[in-house]
Amino acid sequence: MASKEKAGKGAPVAARLGIWTFLATELLLFGGLFTAYTVFRITYPDLFHQEHLKLNRLLGALNTVVLLTSSLSMAVAIAAIRQGKKRLMQAGIVLTLVLAAAFLAIKYMEWTEDFARGLYPGSNLFFGLYFVMTGLHGLHVIFGMCVMLYLVVQGQRNRFSADYHTPVEITGLYWHFVDLVWIYLFPLLYLIG
Amino acid sequence: MSQTESYLAHKGFKSWALTMDHKRIGVMYLVTTHLFFLIGGFLALLLRLKLLSPGPALFSAHTYDVLFTMHGAMMIFLFIIPAIPSSLGNFFIPLLIGARDVAFPKLNLFSYYLFVSGILVILISLVQPIDTGWTFYTPFSAENSAAVTTVSFGLFLVGMSSILTGLNFIVTIHTLRAPGMTWYRLPLFIWGMYGTSVIQVLSTPVIGITFLLLVAERLFGVGFFDPAKGGDPLLFQHFFWFYSHPVVYVMILPAMGIISEVIPCFARKPIFGYKAIAYSALAIAFISFLVWGHHMFVSGMSTTAGVIFSFLTFFVAVPTGMKIFNWIATLYKGSISLDSPMLWALTFIFLFIIGGLTGLFLGSLATDVHVHDTYFLVAHFHYTMMGGTVMGLFSGLHYWYPKITGRMLDERWAKHAWWMIVVGFNVTFFPMFILGMQGMPRRYAEYPAKYHSLNVLATVGSWLLAVGIVIMFANFIRSLNRGAIAPANPWEALTLEWQVPSPPPEENFEVIPTVTDWPYSYGKETGDTRGK
Amino acid sequence: MPDLTALQGTEASLASHDVDAVFIFILVIAAFFFVLTQGLLIYFAVRYRRKKGEPPAKTPYITGKQWLEVVWIVLPSLLLVGIFAYGVIIFVKMRTPIPGATDVQVTASQFQWSFKYPDGRTYSNELHLAVGKPVKLIMTSRDVIHGLFIPDYRQKQDVLPGRYTYLWLLPKRIGTFDIYCSQYCGTGHSLMRATLTVMGQNDYLAWEQSEKQKQQSAGASPKAKGKALFDSSGCGGCHSIDGSAKVGPTLKGVFGSTVTLADGKQVKADEEYLRESITEPNEQVVKGFQPIMPTFKSTLKDDDIAAIIAYIKTLK
Repeated sequence: MASKEKAGKGAPVAARLGIWTFLATELLLFGGLFTAYTVFRITYPDLFHQEHLKLNRLLGALNTVVLLTSSLSMAVAIAAIRQGKKRLMQAGIVLTLVLAAAFLAIKYMEWTEDFARGLYPGSNLFFGLYFVMTGLHGLHVIFGMCVMLYLVVQGQRNRFSADYHTPVEITGLYWHFVDLVWIYLFPLLYLIG
Repeated sequence: MSQTESYLAHKGFKSWALTMDHKRIGVMYLVTTHLFFLIGGFLALLLRLKLLSPGPALFSAHTYDVLFTMHGAMMIFLFIIPAIPSSLGNFFIPLLIGARDVAFPKLNLFSYYLFVSGILVILISLVQPIDTGWTFYTPFSAENSAAVTTVSFGLFLVGMSSILTGLNFIVTIHTLRAPGMTWYRLPLFIWGMYGTSVIQVLSTPVIGITFLLLVAERLFGVGFFDPAKGGDPLLFQHFFWFYSHPVVYVMILPAMGIISEVIPCFARKPIFGYKAIAYSALAIAFISFLVWGHHMFVSGMSTTAGVIFSFLTFFVAVPTGMKIFNWIATLYKGSISLDSPMLWALTFIFLFIIGGLTGLFLGSLATDVHVHDTYFLVAHFHYTMMGGTVMGLFSGLHYWYPKITGRMLDERWAKHAWWMIVVGFNVTFFPMFILGMQGMPRRYAEYPAKYHSLNVLATVGSWLLAVGIVIMFANFIRSLNRGAIAPANPWEALTLEWQVPSPPPEENFEVIPTVTDWPYSYGKETGDTRGK
Repeated sequence: MPDLTALQGTEASLASHDVDAVFIFILVIAAFFFVLTQGLLIYFAVRYRRKKGEPPAKTPYITGKQWLEVVWIVLPSLLLVGIFAYGVIIFVKMRTPIPGATDVQVTASQFQWSFKYPDGRTYSNELHLAVGKPVKLIMTSRDVIHGLFIPDYRQKQDVLPGRYTYLWLLPKRIGTFDIYCSQYCGTGHSLMRATLTVMGQNDYLAWEQSEKQKQQSAGASPKAKGKALFDSSGCGGCHSIDGSAKVGPTLKGVFGSTVTLADGKQVKADEEYLRESITEPNEQVVKGFQPIMPTFKSTLKDDDIAAIIAYIKTLK
């Protein structure tokens, strides 16, 4: 295919441009939620302050660490395959997968705790936003995990090399984006001054 | 397989269903979207038929509401938005820029199936057909007992398909241009499609999140749009129009692109003001993101916001007007042949001017208060959307029919259809301007008797329009087998798609062409007064 | 071009005349550009037309003229700024409070308008105003978004649940005018109409006097209270009292009759049935109608419901 033309070391221009365009779309998708968040936080500052105290900051902070680490392991995987180190790449992606699963597990614990305390999406605007935002982010994590699973299978079949590793690169960009969204979600939801 | 074999050579269901050829995918979109054009049009006929009588008649008010919702939703989401980009865009972008396919052919096929699965989900909703209007305003849509959730999910899938198609086109236009095809040598259709794709990628996710929040509201009661829970129903409208205003330019920019191809070709003159037209497409795409509030002047939004949005709205008129002046200037001293593609292109300009000028009344705050949500608005957007986009689409269909099918259309029948549609369209929609000025609100199943006679006129017009459309589609179908075999370049056009056989071979170009000039050098060899 | 009779000499209210002036101002500019562009389009298409089959004539190679582009960017821009400014001036005027205005509370509900005067009198789908006396409509909705639209006044404002929106009116002509719902609100949207009656100032005072007396004499009978509640709750928006079918079934003669439900069951419409139909309206839906009625459980007290039932009993 024509899209395999090369441009320097990274992924082909087409794939790179494609993923950045896709991330622009994603940005606007979350942008809608952040807008709603801004509107309601300005309208109801007290509600947001009171309600956010009910969240488990410890688990939230832990999740931030987990996700940041997963971004690191993803970066390691990409650096590895660029130099043709296939085993290191596999290890990096598997570690990312495990960390992503850990993130979801912690999220699950948090949600269970919230439900047990009678906090539901319909409880109030803050929790509505909290569940929708973390839920949508969670869906992105699950989607990323599916793609990484596919990468692991392909890696097992020896599909990637120093010359061809576009899917790994663009998955990496996607994963950093998912990470970045969380970096914004964490202070906005858990650390309201 | 020989290089010169037509893309239509392979037969059989699988060869279509699993194709990654942008041309076949384009044709599949063409058929799917036009199916919904015909269904949506049939629904419109039913609506007009009911309005023949001011009182209760034919079917209940609830059925009327369901029908106008389906008419609007189908025409907007399943026809006008994808009609030109996904069908003609898919087919012609690679051909016009000298590429063998789009950048991501697999993604292209995936987008098509996303579109189809979205349609299927929407069809499931017909068990409990929605009556919210295509605008889904909350809290009506949030409390509604019909299948709003299902429809939202279906539209979400359709929107994803739209995003991925736009993404594919952006990357294709950036990376796959033939050698020598600089940005200023791009056909203007490509500029229009580029603007469209940018809007699709940047605005569609917002409607995606809006539908998601609507669903969350219905399923979990999150209350973002529910005043009882501290939410704001106007927030929904802001979100909705942040998408739905730019999207009218998703509809119109590709049509403007087609017009910019057809006019120079049939006037045998270079396009007047190439750069102005190209940049105005981008200007329109940019400004379109700043004017959504003009749908909400009487919604309860603050006066200040209204003033700002009104001001920005008038800015869109400048690049739009500029395009019209440029097209008309292209005609000056041309050698104009009025073949069917040109007739449609001129009709586009004629009707779009009316649509555009009536937009002034809606953009101006004082007059919008009166005509907003009346039939004036209905007439205005039918003049821009149907008189604009659809006439541009018809122009494109007549222009490219020989290239797509390898057959010529019957010109005589094409002109019969043209007369019927132009007369029918104006008889249907012009009375609506007057109805709106007299105060008849839109979405009225029953109306006061004083509006009766103009409604009768509009309904009669809808019959003429329908007959014209039927003749036109009959011509499309009949010419598939009976039309004269099309030469490679029946219109003697200069863009690249005409330099390959009709229909094009599967790989488009045997050798990727090298471009040395822009595609509008009509009259250059014979010409004299080379302007600036 | 459009029919101007709709716009002529209709100084029905303070705003209407000004809005029409803006309309005509835009119309003149639009007409100029209409004639210019369509004229050139048709003239060129005819003048430079090539007959079928003829080879193309020699055409000049003109790719653009910079000064022309500048002209048709700058000139329309200036006119557009003019249109914008004129529109803003009148719009701001329309939204400026008129001093000394009487407050009228407007409550919209599916599918009925209710107008409440400062002394508590409430009217369903009827608004009476005195000529020359400014009024401020304070509007809110009980359910979905509605829009109050008085075409002759060139005024329109959406009516939202959970907040107030306003309209200032200054009637200038005696007569009756239509009020429509302009924002689609459901099955009965097109029937959600009301009448604005503008009276001379003396007539208005006389009308007000007699209405007040009527209200006093009606006193405390449950039937009269029921009728008042029937009107103010918006029941009449969907249920007729004269036997005709609207969005919901008619209430004429409903009490004591046998009703066929959507699931085919037949029930006798007694007091309990009517009470449940008000508090849990979508439990037992009459055959042929949509389950769209909102509950009145939280808005009507038990006494109120009893009064309404007493009133329904009188609808023979």
